[in-house]
This record gives sequence, structure tokens and C-alpha cells, in this order.
Amino acid sequence: MSKPVNQKALLLIVPMFVCVAFSAIMPLMTVVNYSVQDIISPTQHVFVGTEWFRMILNDPDLQDALVRQLVFSLCVLLIEIPLGVALALAMPAAGWRASATLVVVAMPLLIPWNVVGTVWQIFGRSDIGLGGYVLTQLGIDYNYTAHTRDAWLTVLVMDVWHWTPLVALLAYAGLRAIPDAFYQAAEIDGASRFAVFRYIELPKMRGVLMIAVLLRFMDSFMIYTEPFVLTGGGPGNATTFLSQYLTQKAVGQFDLGPAAAFSLIYFLIILLFCFILYNWMQRLGQGDGHA
Amino acid sequence: MGWMMWTPEVAAFFGCIALMLVVMTVLEIRWPTIERKGWLPIATTRGDRLFIGLLLAAYVNLAWVGLSAEEASVWPGFGASMLLLGLVMWKG
Amino acid sequence: MRKSRVLPRAITLTLYVLFTLLPLYWMLAMSLRTNEETLGAFSFLPMAPTLDNYRVIFTDPSWYWGYLNSISYVLINTVLSVLVALPAAYAFSRYRFLGDKHLFFWLLTNRMTPPAVFLLPFFQLYSSIGLMDTYWAVALAHMVFNVPLAVWILEGFMSGVSREIDETAYIDGYSFPAFFIRIFLPLIKAGVGVTAFFCFMFSWVELLLARTLTSVNAKPIAAVMTRTVSAAGMDWGVLAAAGVLTLVPGALVIWFVRHYIAKGFAMGRV
Repeated sequence: MSKPVNQKALLLIVPMFVCVAFSAIMPLMTVVNYSVQDIISPTQHVFVGTEWFRMILNDPDLQDALVRQLVFSLCVLLIEIPLGVALALAMPAAGWRASATLVVVAMPLLIPWNVVGTVWQIFGRSDIGLGGYVLTQLGIDYNYTAHTRDAWLTVLVMDVWHWTPLVALLAYAGLRAIPDAFYQAAEIDGASRFAVFRYIELPKMRGVLMIAVLLRFMDSFMIYTEPFVLTGGGPGNATTFLSQYLTQKAVGQFDLGPAAAFSLIYFLIILLFCFILYNWMQRLGQGDGHA
Repeated sequence: MGWMMWTPEVAAFFGCIALMLVVMTVLEIRWPTIERKGWLPIATTRGDRLFIGLLLAAYVNLAWVGLSAEEASVWPGFGASMLLLGLVMWKG
Repeated sequence: MRKSRVLPRAITLTLYVLFTLLPLYWMLAMSLRTNEETLGAFSFLPMAPTLDNYRVIFTDPSWYWGYLNSISYVLINTVLSVLVALPAAYAFSRYRFLGDKHLFFWLLTNRMTPPAVFLLPFFQLYSSIGLMDTYWAVALAHMVFNVPLAVWILEGFMSGVSREIDETAYIDGYSFPAFFIRIFLPLIKAGVGVTAFFCFMFSWVELLLARTLTSVNAKPIAAVMTRTVSAAGMDWGVLAAAGVLTLVPGALVIWFVRHYIAKGFAMGRV
């Protein structure tokens, strides 16, 4: 049964449209205006055409930040998706144990992002932090403020700690939607644990896993606050990702023009990825009838 | 509106976008679009093709600006992007 | 479930729960120590637990106002987001209309735009209309990513309600507002709860916009926390105590909606 056409439904969209457009369209237009001007002061600005775009596109620091960002997002997906699924499979299905596990596992999601940074900042310090102290006692030369490798790993572990719960909750929700009859049938057929996972659970989780991949990709691509608090982007530029580089330019150095040009390029990258992923998911969604 | 720092160039740009949306709306009311499959990998409506065309055009312009010589004009890149937009709209 | 499967599951779960709780425990432990103890000899348990750090927060207005400010704009944002998202989600779930798919995608792009992109224009926009440093500025700015999410989740829940219910109500002579409030809303109560939970959560955890759009009067707790870095060095105890207190609202909210959380994640199209 397809939905009826009704143009009056547009009226229901209006309040939402006004609210979002006010904070989304005008600022976007402003960014475009900034990106083609050299802004010396609020009253003094000159048109410079595409100069900032040329500068940003040929900026080696930006290219490095983009590569770092892509590697980071890829690592995040490769670790968090399988771990989240494993966790969802291990979580109890019902009863007070399920509630308690759910609350504990979801906890990191509810923590303000700078506090997430603070938690790991405290935890990872080798002088006063439990994690850093234990690693040092084990004879590992660990110091996230000085070593590139350690900073990278700490940011990655922090992101896993922070966001795997999201994947786990999504996968858990997908698993709970599978009727018991499926498992009973598999039991009668004597299916192995792996076969149950491969042929029953995985296909049923496909829809929610798609959402998980999309959300984790987007959010890891705009990560800012947590590494900012934890490492400040350092040592050197080792953990400076795109958002942080942009914020440095915009707020730190107040280079409005280049920052705006950068914003637009950033936005276009995200738009392309989203469009491809969105269409890909819609097509998959139509495939198995999972809306 | 002073804080938005409008320039004639950007105003013209957004004017064109707004005009396109109006034209697309009128066309949609007069001759509703039918989804079809062209050389793009997905079946598209007219609106989808406009979006894809504009997105590709933006990338072509960026590539031109990023790769061309210091004092080169932006117009060849723009021309190429508009050709691509036309192609996507017509055959996509 | 056979016995052999229970053990590996229990081990996975225990290890992960430990991984989640250890850093949190450490923050809690640090909040109960004096700075001298923190910087002194290492110990797993606080030697002389003290509530002094919490006393600092509860007696200093600039500290506890941080919490009140955060809660204020988060609540305004949650209420407004759900209110405007409800009719929009209904339209998307029930009808086809001009440009519906493109509007939906446009909405999602707002969820996907990094806040850093909008930082400067937001600052200018809210300054020009005199909203800088008010709850409204932050609440409105957070709507850019919360409204799309709210529409997305609500649309999923609404599509799960049979359309025959709408049609029967209209035949019975209900007007649209009366039907929506008296019949439809009670049916998607769980969905509204889950949506409010997500709006609360994402507004509560965001810092970049909240910090940029406020300076004194509406400063969120997360921004107040940066004060602990002073000339005398880090005040670790107070920093940890403030961090622990930011967990409380989240933990409360999650407890109330625990039965719906998993369901809420499963809903929504794409």
C-alpha cells in the first residue's frame, strides 16, 4: 500500500523547516560569502575570488589532516562494528540483568564529550592515572602527551570506549527483533553456533548495522572535543583531525576567509559520502523489505 | 544583514540556485517527473539528477581551482562543470 | 542455550563492563581525594576519602550555575525539537508530496554537518539578533542536529502505526489537531519518550557550539570545567568531581527509558 499524495502535508513541515532553515541556510550562505573575501575587520573586506580555495586545496597540513582523518575513521569502523556486535550477542536477553547491563554499557554515551576527554586524560597519565600507571609498571614506555604512537592509540581506545555502546545497542535492538521460533528451528536442525549467526542473526541485523556504520562514519569524521581535551591535537599535529584544524583556523587565528573556504570543502566531502551511503542503504533497505 | 557580508558574486550564485528550485517546482507541477535509469548507477528523478549534477559540478570546479596554475582563470573549470551538469540532467 | 556457550559470553561481557567502568571509577576515586593525595603515592583506593571537592562545587555559584545553565538550554532544546518534529514526521510517514525525499535528505545533511563548519556564522547570526550568551542561542543552534534526528526516529515509530486508525478517526469526524493529540500521540508515547531521550543526550554532550555561543550568563558546565587549570596547576580533585556530577543527569535519564532504548535504536528508516 503506497502513501497517498497530499500537498497540504507541506504545511506540517513548515514549523520544522523554519526552525532548521534559520540556523542552517543563513549560516551556510554566510560561509559562502566569507569564503570569497579577505576579511580584515567587520567593515573592511575585499573580494578575492577563489584565492582561499586554491590556498586550502594546496595546503599540505590540510592534506595530512584529511589522511589522518580517513585512517582514523576507518580504524574506528573496523574495531567498533565487530566489537559492538560481539557485545550485543553477549548481553543477556531479558530480566534485571539485561536492564543493568544496558544502563552500564550505555553510560559513556551520556557523558559530555569534554568529560570523556577528561576521564581519559586522568586515566592515562602515567604519574597519577590508573591506566598509564599500570602500563608503566609493566615496563611499557607509555606517555600519550609525548609519543605520537601512544597519543594515537589513546585517542582510538577512547573513541572505542565512547562509541562502541552505540553499535552494541543498535545490534542488540536488531537481535531482540528476531522471533524465538527461528532459534528453535535452528536447534532442531542442529545448526552450529556460527551457522545461526551467519544465516539468522547477521541478515536480521543488516538494517541496524547499516545505520551504525553511517552514524559512526559521520560522527568520527567530525570528532573534535574529545581529542582536543585529551591531547590538544598533539604531540605536534599527530592527533589533529579535520574539525580541530578548522577550529584552529577559525577561532584561534581568526582567518575567516580561509576557514570558510575550508568549511565548504569539508561540507562537500561529507555531502558526497552521505549521498552515496544514503542511496546505498535505501537500496539495501528495499532489498529485504526492512524499512 | 551586514554581518552576512554579501558580495554581488555570491548573491548571483544563490539567485541562480533559487531560480533553479523555482523552475524545478513549476516543471514538477506541470509535468511530474518519472524515475528513470540513465548512465548513472541509480534510477533518478529530475530532482535527483539536478542534485547529483550540482554536486559533481562543485567537485569539478574545486579540482580546477586546486590543480590549475596560480593566475589561471576560473572560467574553463566552470564551463566544464556546466557541461557535466547538462549531461547529467539530460542523459543521467 | 547450551552450557558451553554461556561461559565465553560471560567473559566477553565482564571484560567489557570492566573496560567501561575502570576509567569512570578512577575519576570517581580522584574526586574523593585531595590534590596532595592524588599527586602523592599511588594507590588504587582513596586513602582518606573526602567530600571537599564536591563542597567547592556546591558552594560556588559559578560552578553550580554551570549545571543549571546546561540543563536549561538542554530542556528548551528538547521540548522545541520534539514539538516541531512531530507534525513533520507525521507528514513524512503518511503522505507523499512535492520534494519530500529531497527535504528528508536535506534534513539528514544537517545532522551530518560538523558543528565546526557553522561556528563562525552562528556567532555572527546570534550576535546580530541579540541572542548571544542566552539559553536560546544554544538551544536553537543544537536544533540543527537534533530536529533531523527527532524527525528520523519519530517517522519510524509513526510508520509502525496502521494508517487505518487515521482514516477511521477522520470518518468519525475528528479534526486533524483533535485526532493527533487525543488518539495518535498516546499511540506513539514510547516513540516520543525515546526521541526526547536522544535530543536530551545529544544536546547535553555537545560542547563546541555551547561554549562558543556563551560567555557568562549561559555558560555550560562543560565550559566552566576549563577553569580548573590555574596558575597553581591543575585542580584535579575539583575537575574530577565536576566530571562525576555531569554523569548524574545522563544516568537518571537512561534509567527511566531503559526499556525503550534498544527499541528506539532499531526504529527509523534509511
